[in-house]
Amino acid sequence: MSLAPETRWSRLFNFWQDYKQSPVALAALIIIVSVVLMAIFAPLIAPQDPYNQETLDLFDARLTPGETGSGGYVHWLGTDAAGRDVFSAILFGLRTSLIVGVLAGTFALLLGGVVGLMAAYYGGRIEAVIMRIIDLQLSLPAILLALVLVAMLGQGLPQLVTALTLAQYAYFARTTHGAASAERSKDYIEAALSTPLPARQVLFRHLLPNALPPLIVVATVQVANSIALEATLSFLGLGLPLTQPSLGSLISNGFQFLLSGRYWISIYPGIALMLTVVAINLVGDQVRYVLNPRRSR
Amino acid sequence: MSAALLDIDHVSKRFIKRPSIGERIAGLLGAGRTTEIVRAVSDVSLTVRKGEVVGLVGESGCGKSTLGRIVAGIYTPSDGKVLFDKGPVAREKGRRTDKLTTRIQMVHQDPFSSLNPRMRIGDTVGEGPVAHRIVRARDADAYVANTLERVGLDPSYRRRFPHQFSGGQRQRIAIARALAMKPDLLVLDEPVASLDVSIQAQVLNLFMDLRRDLDLTAIFISHDLGVVRHVSDRVAIMYLGRIVELAPTPELYAAPNHPYTRALFESVPRVGVGRKNFRPIAGEIPSPLHPPAGCHFHPRCPFAGPRCRHEVPALLPVGEGRLSACHLNTGGTG
Amino acid sequence: MSEPVLRVKDLRTEFAVRAGIVKAVDGVTFEVGRGRILGLVGESGSGKSVTGYSILGLIELPGRIAGGEVLLNGVDLTKLKGEQIRRVRGAQIAMVFQDPMMTLNPVLKVSTQMIAAVRAHDNVSRKVARSRARDALATVGIPSPEERLDAYPHQLSGGMRQRVAIAIALLHKPAVIIADEPTTALDVSIQGQILAEVRRLADETGTAFVWVTHDLAVVSSLADDICVMYAGRVVETGAAADVIASPRHPYTAGLLASVPAEHEPGERLPQVPGSAPSLANLPPGCAFAPRCFKAGPACNTTPPVQHFEDGRTALCHYPIEPDSCQPLSSTSTTYQNAS
Repeated sequence: MSLAPETRWSRLFNFWQDYKQSPVALAALIIIVSVVLMAIFAPLIAPQDPYNQETLDLFDARLTPGETGSGGYVHWLGTDAAGRDVFSAILFGLRTSLIVGVLAGTFALLLGGVVGLMAAYYGGRIEAVIMRIIDLQLSLPAILLALVLVAMLGQGLPQLVTALTLAQYAYFARTTHGAASAERSKDYIEAALSTPLPARQVLFRHLLPNALPPLIVVATVQVANSIALEATLSFLGLGLPLTQPSLGSLISNGFQFLLSGRYWISIYPGIALMLTVVAINLVGDQVRYVLNPRRSR
Repeated sequence: MSAALLDIDHVSKRFIKRPSIGERIAGLLGAGRTTEIVRAVSDVSLTVRKGEVVGLVGESGCGKSTLGRIVAGIYTPSDGKVLFDKGPVAREKGRRTDKLTTRIQMVHQDPFSSLNPRMRIGDTVGEGPVAHRIVRARDADAYVANTLERVGLDPSYRRRFPHQFSGGQRQRIAIARALAMKPDLLVLDEPVASLDVSIQAQVLNLFMDLRRDLDLTAIFISHDLGVVRHVSDRVAIMYLGRIVELAPTPELYAAPNHPYTRALFESVPRVGVGRKNFRPIAGEIPSPLHPPAGCHFHPRCPFAGPRCRHEVPALLPVGEGRLSACHLNTGGTG
Repeated sequence: MSEPVLRVKDLRTEFAVRAGIVKAVDGVTFEVGRGRILGLVGESGSGKSVTGYSILGLIELPGRIAGGEVLLNGVDLTKLKGEQIRRVRGAQIAMVFQDPMMTLNPVLKVSTQMIAAVRAHDNVSRKVARSRARDALATVGIPSPEERLDAYPHQLSGGMRQRVAIAIALLHKPAVIIADEPTTALDVSIQGQILAEVRRLADETGTAFVWVTHDLAVVSSLADDICVMYAGRVVETGAAADVIASPRHPYTAGLLASVPAEHEPGERLPQVPGSAPSLANLPPGCAFAPRCFKAGPACNTTPPVQHFEDGRTALCHYPIEPDSCQPLSSTSTTYQNAS
């Protein structure tokens, strides 16, 4: 056993060494990083502010990709029925989608994590009740749950995030419960209990940090799911209004023109959505693979 | 003779495994399992005096680890009571066990699972004493350094994580964690079983040094008769949840009384005896789910008679400070 | 000794890891005769188990056999490929693992597995195969073997499972059985039973055993010969009784001296200081030198294999002289107090 001091940095470095073994995962990571950067710097990159009605010109409506509009710049991905530059709309749409996805994913992680941790730590009846509720919820499709919740809560960003959180926390709860139950039976927890350490300390300093790695993997995948769910809701007209465009509402926006040959209004936001979701999933897969201790080196 | 520090009084522990809902439904169809009761420890009494090391020896299913965990306050007994310095060790609180004392500490068998892999060892050793105000938070670092030195580890290691240590070093860390709580009684559950032979000696020496310097009282659980003989003042031999023999170490090893103890000694391979013809104990260890009636050992005992099959032998004195549970000592097995 | 059935010559097994090449087995040489039991002794990381796996060609990537020969009745197993090695494995040489569930499939009856194992190498009817399976179970001392055949592995105790695993290994009366810590997880009374059966089997059937273990006491009561490994190398070989009575290598002496049962209760145990080195980061020369009480200036060069009377060997620059040697007491002073 080597005693070479291992720092946080060397662990991170090893993680990176393992991660980059897969070219596909590397490409996916590059895509995510560029998507995030593009979303953050959307106001700087985008030739047009799609929110601002004044910059829209109906003469520019439904331009095909590559045409130059009245603004004097090229609409590389065309424009929609209101004269909105599709490329700009996608950049701003990505912003909304990512914000919703990350917020909903994070809140679901926190809520699900606490619920699952409690169930695993307290055991007995508390565990049985919580886990039955979780099982029940998992047996319903998340989209159905999200639809009902949005219908109840109404439109708007906070409402949407709440709905997506409630629709998804159960996945985190079950994963946390599984991981924490496995850790719960280990000797170091027994040692902590027999010291005895206060319950809070056992829960948050011993149980939680060790149940976290599988949770991180679920979290990446759930962020992708949130984005896709939000897009679905917006496509159905239940998500965010078009004045606050997300990828889903953009797809929905061009849907009526899809069969009339003006494919770009829907297809390009669709491609952006697909790339983002697939890339996040690929990264999640690779993280899961690298974190798996049983993986042969 | 000094006073009893720990008094285990007619303690039993049953683990009840109730079938889950699915299994109960399967049970209606005749396939599921029914409620299973494991009698891990039945009616064990034992006192440990201050400054003494008592060895608990037995094979799997004998209840030695369960008894150790009852003493360490991880389980509460189903029957009987455990008094430590005249007070209770733990109490039941709902479905959980609430340990009431910090003066009993435990060292686990496997140092690879008994240390939190994501916590620096300095925190592992120091968090207990800080939580119980044995040391102030700002003095914790020096206290931890001291404790690590005490168990033969370089104090500068306290910023490291468990996986950076070898098995022997980890076991020292686990011992340091227990010592940091300033315990009066240590429960050591197979502390050297998972270590290499050359490392075992290091850890046993450490234990003997600590015992001498700190005047420790300890319960030393092991399946290894040689190790227990080396460190214990008295030894209790357990079989299927009961103590079958209890005696001072030299007397026990010189002249074991109970047939199980004798058979156990015979079946242990020893260095230096050379190739020998084993006289192993016949038969399997019965499941603690369905222990045999009467004397638990009778199906494997060469001396068993009709009396052994229905009458539980009492643990009775067979000499100065010695107890044994065998009908041979009280009028035969017939 | 008659012509050995298994001869391992300069076997080398390497693993490619992030840190570089780890030589888990580094030039291991030994031989086993018909009906004899060789105790392959070492602590964790000594390469004893990898040696066992290498003999059967069970090394998988990132590991590979980098050199040497494994001669089973004169045939070099390291040269055999795919189908050829499969025909040998299970028939002429078999393995027993520490965990019998490595051999047993939990969802199949014992009979199903044993019949399949018989018919894997011999073209016989199921009926004949079943009776051979029953005989094999009886051979390893399993009571009422006919009933046990119809049991599932989970219905058997740990000791019984290990006996079944040994019975499966014996089905084709192999020349050699490699046993990797087969009794380590078992209780002493059950271990005693199995050791007694194995000794009898070796004597009666002529099957040779390579018994991989960390437990010197087991080796001393079971094995004919002993082969001590440290950090991937064989450091001492010889007849078990001789090696245990008077070890020539300081490491063997240290191991033997640290067994508590050989000392007065409460006495300070002689201990080998330090811990086994990482195979990825071995000291130059003798890997044991940093822990050795006899280490001298020559020890930073690779030690020679020294040959002694009675065919014993030790890999050491400064082997312990037998006349100076009441090893248990003499080394107890030299190994004193170094932690």
